[in-house]
Amino acid sequence: MVDTRYDKAGELAAEVTDYTAVRGRSLMRDARDRFLANRAAIFCIAILAAIVLFVVVGPFFAVWDFETIDWVAMGDVRTLGAPSVDTGHFFGTDDLGRDLFSRTILATSTSLIVGLIGATMALVVGTAWGVIAGYYGGRLDSIMMRIVDILMAIPTVLVIILILVVAGRSFTTLFIALGAVSWLTMARIVRAQTLALKNREFVEAARAAGVSEPAIIVRHILPNLLGVVIVYASLLVPDMILAESFISFLGLGISEPYTSLGALISEGAGTMAYGTLWQMMFPLGFFIAIIFTMFFIGDGLRDALDPKDR
Amino acid sequence: MISYTFRRLLVAIPTLFLLVVTCFYLMHFAPGGPFTSERPIPPAVLANIEARYGLDQPLWKQLWDYLVNIFVYFDFGPSFAYKDRDVNDIISQGFPISLTYGFLSFVVASAVGVSLGVGAAIRHNSWLDYSAVSLGIAAQALPNFIMGPILILTFTLWLGWLPGGGWNGGQWQYLIMPVIALSTSFMGSIARITRSSMLEVLNSNFIRTARAKGLPERQIIWRHAMKPTLLPVISYLGPVFVYVLTGSVFVDIYFSTGGLGQSYVNSALTRDYAVLLGVTILYGALTIIVNLLTDLAYAWFDPKIRY
Amino acid sequence: MTMHTKYSLAALLCSTMLAAPALAGGHIPADVTLAEDQTFTYRQLDEFSSVDPGVVEDVSGSEMVRDLFEGLMSQDADGNLVPGVATHFEANDDNTVYTFTLRDNAKWSNGDPVTAGDFVYAWQRAASPALASPYQWYIELMSIENGSAVIKGDKPLSDLGVKAINDTTLQVTLSAPLPYFPQMVTHGTTFPVHKATIEAHGSDWTKPGNIVSNGAYVLTEHLPNERSVRERNPMYWDDANTTIDKTVALVINDENVALTRFLAGELDRTEIPAGQFPRLKEEYPGVAISFPRLCNYYYTFNLSDSGPEVFKDVRVRKALALAVDRKIITENVLAGGQPQAYTFTPAAVAEFTPPETEMAKMAQAERDAMAKELLAEAGFGPNNPLQFDMIYNTSDGHKKIAVAMTQMWKQKLGVEATLANMEWKVFLETRGNQDFELARGAWCGDYNEASTFLDLLDSESGYNDGKFVNADVDGLLEQAKLSTDASSLYTQVEQIIAEEMPIIPIYHYAGVYMMDSDVGNWPVGNVEQNWYSKDLYKIAE
Repeated sequence: MVDTRYDKAGELAAEVTDYTAVRGRSLMRDARDRFLANRAAIFCIAILAAIVLFVVVGPFFAVWDFETIDWVAMGDVRTLGAPSVDTGHFFGTDDLGRDLFSRTILATSTSLIVGLIGATMALVVGTAWGVIAGYYGGRLDSIMMRIVDILMAIPTVLVIILILVVAGRSFTTLFIALGAVSWLTMARIVRAQTLALKNREFVEAARAAGVSEPAIIVRHILPNLLGVVIVYASLLVPDMILAESFISFLGLGISEPYTSLGALISEGAGTMAYGTLWQMMFPLGFFIAIIFTMFFIGDGLRDALDPKDR
Repeated sequence: MISYTFRRLLVAIPTLFLLVVTCFYLMHFAPGGPFTSERPIPPAVLANIEARYGLDQPLWKQLWDYLVNIFVYFDFGPSFAYKDRDVNDIISQGFPISLTYGFLSFVVASAVGVSLGVGAAIRHNSWLDYSAVSLGIAAQALPNFIMGPILILTFTLWLGWLPGGGWNGGQWQYLIMPVIALSTSFMGSIARITRSSMLEVLNSNFIRTARAKGLPERQIIWRHAMKPTLLPVISYLGPVFVYVLTGSVFVDIYFSTGGLGQSYVNSALTRDYAVLLGVTILYGALTIIVNLLTDLAYAWFDPKIRY
Repeated sequence: MTMHTKYSLAALLCSTMLAAPALAGGHIPADVTLAEDQTFTYRQLDEFSSVDPGVVEDVSGSEMVRDLFEGLMSQDADGNLVPGVATHFEANDDNTVYTFTLRDNAKWSNGDPVTAGDFVYAWQRAASPALASPYQWYIELMSIENGSAVIKGDKPLSDLGVKAINDTTLQVTLSAPLPYFPQMVTHGTTFPVHKATIEAHGSDWTKPGNIVSNGAYVLTEHLPNERSVRERNPMYWDDANTTIDKTVALVINDENVALTRFLAGELDRTEIPAGQFPRLKEEYPGVAISFPRLCNYYYTFNLSDSGPEVFKDVRVRKALALAVDRKIITENVLAGGQPQAYTFTPAAVAEFTPPETEMAKMAQAERDAMAKELLAEAGFGPNNPLQFDMIYNTSDGHKKIAVAMTQMWKQKLGVEATLANMEWKVFLETRGNQDFELARGAWCGDYNEASTFLDLLDSESGYNDGKFVNADVDGLLEQAKLSTDASSLYTQVEQIIAEEMPIIPIYHYAGVYMMDSDVGNWPVGNVEQNWYSKDLYKIAE
């Protein structure tokens, strides 16, 4: 990761000139410029885009679809189900003789959607909750944080089982279930940060100047939270993908013949000693690639969005 | 501060109470009961069982009896699934085990994670930074459930160095794999959070001032940068601490450690109400205490936070 | 002993009974050198529910109870009856009164003699509403006089039809003639318990240190979800002929990890994961073993009012059953030597002759052709594909079979089956409430007789989740209960099932184990897998 921010003197100078010369320049545009200058992050965006492209274009190259069993390969997965261009199983087959190339594509798209939507839900709900509790404090804070405490202490398994059983099994309920258990930590982190921020000089100054409370939250607190929130959200994406695999493991996940990366990895991990290592390695490769890119993108966003950096 | 702590502890009691009530009703809401089995139990037998465990009473009465037993007799009731043991037995056997490897994993994950993160931030954009970052992500990308089989294959089957599972009173050979499996993914997260937090602090005005004053870098980092760096880390560590205890079900399953994590998930799956509630209360209390400690640690690290 | 010779099963018991004493202790061949360390270590899938004979309900617990306690009768390596605490028994003319004679040298692990009174106490306890054992149904199943009334609490425990005539004579009165009753007393629920211990320790009596048992072993260590250890009981009457000193059960949930630990030498026995048998058999000849077991695996149609209309057409049911290629499932998916199933009852069941069904005789290509025809007749085709949901409980093995089945149907018949897996309790609830279309089922025999399977299809049976109702089946099963030779009746029932196809039989279980070559005398011939550590031995390597 190449980053020129710590060229201190130059930076300071640039900051001053930048600030005076182009007054009123939007925060977001600044951030975008900084992000585009971060080559590592851009590289990761490219990789992620490649993965998405693969998910979109891959099916056109697939010889087998994701659910059809190749009865020949099924007879001896260890040799006939190995990755090969000749058989059309570019990534080999799973234990049942289904094409892993197509299944990996399907799983990657499932996991990406689960990760992004789950993390977004956690981010929105958790941030709102944490900021309000932390900023207003007092009794409201107490009540809101006790609710978080209670929810946090309820077994995740139980919450997930209940939601999926009571609301019926579907993609939407899966997101709700994931969102329901994942915003809590976010809320705590955000609240803690808000507590620290609200006594800072610039907030006190704003308050003394008569800025309204909602405006303080939106203009001063939220931008300062972005760094931590985004880093945590980038942690949440793989967490969500993993949580989904745990749900699959409990039997409440996406139903066969559909699948997710977590499900494929855990299937592959079970049989890793039996000479079919590709069953774990291909989905794991995509999994790691997604986490890697999410991390660098999250980091790039943090660098770009952190107002203190100006 | 003392009165704040006292107030928080006072609030903990109704919190716990609410937790019990919520859980109790949620649990009875889930389909299937503790005695739903493949072989349907004849009505007469089911009646006997329900009478014995008080399941024939209205829900509020069951809840009341349950609460009375806890507060008056400190008895969390019998297990429905394990007829030879009651909830007190299950907790007293499983919790020390979970606590031991959970705490060790926590210490390992925090120590290694924070050192990696700090190291990476200080030597920002150096080989140390890159390798620490890569290590952190690698650790995170390998979830517990694949760490289990990998470790057992490597250390038990191929190298023959360690026993493949069990607890044996917590001898060190039996601890190594569970601690590695449990700590890795948190280690990665902790390293990343520490790194990003440290970078932010090092770039803040008061550090610039300190640098401008010409203070030695070592002193800047240890005396000034460390405390604020750890703030978000502590925020993350609190829940992790509870999670390493509750989330250790993979460890219990793969390494047969006999910890509480497995009993917990099993009790949810077998609808072993009493065990589930008992463990939930334990974890609930633990969560509340850890959260309180987190908040106190916050105040200690950042004097600007007032309660 | 002359009374029951007219019953085939009883006759079998009778001959074994006479021969058995001579066999005792003779289970180690002369050319075997015993190992120094006689410890047998095996993998237990799950933590056992209990080792209290009165309440035990799971396989893991029953295995332990059979080692720790000894009932009136035991089984040998082939599942035949051999004397346990009872040396022999007699039945009256109509098989309603059984009199067991107990050996006078049987002792509890604390030295107390095992008396008929201990059995009376144990049986009354197992039936008592106060203990509320889920296995009270077993007392009902045994048809002991007043059993149901005692369970309901309508009659006192003392009215239960079991009496101690003297210390060594136990008399059991049945409310219905049961020729196979002696087989039933090999089950853990009927094992004796030590009254003084239970009264002294209450529900803690099964804890190591407290427990007093009359079997070849006593429980010395129990670390829940980790392991349990049972060690030789020096007070056991046949201790001189017991070889294994110590049996260790390690709880390992994950079968792949269990296999790894077996290969690392930590275990003497573990199950082989689905599909791995052929490879392991090649790499470890003599260690990877497979033998038939007393369990079936099937899918049941929901034939109740809440079930789909299409399944009420027998042609649809038959077409689906025909198109399942069982050879692929048994040889490619499971690959553990499981027999293909065309009947509900496994062929391994004693005294059962499977009928010669049309389906079993056909080649798969013929079956597929017939399935297509039947489905077309029923009005389904490419433009109007048959659609339904099928459910199974979450497990890797069930998933593989279900996926393979849907693909067979899809590729051969164009049938669109939607899969859904459920957590076990939710699955049971859903299936039990007839809230499904096609559901997985499996059953393991409680005893070695066809009725333990076929009763599931009795219209009154509580296990009949598909709600299959057929008066002929009910009539034949009723007849079988009283019959002297039920074998032909069971064959007839299977014939009806083959015609009506209320279920799709898939395969019958096999025990597929990695068994260390130094373990001697594992009872592969015992289809119920009722094994006793006292009959095993470890060979020097």
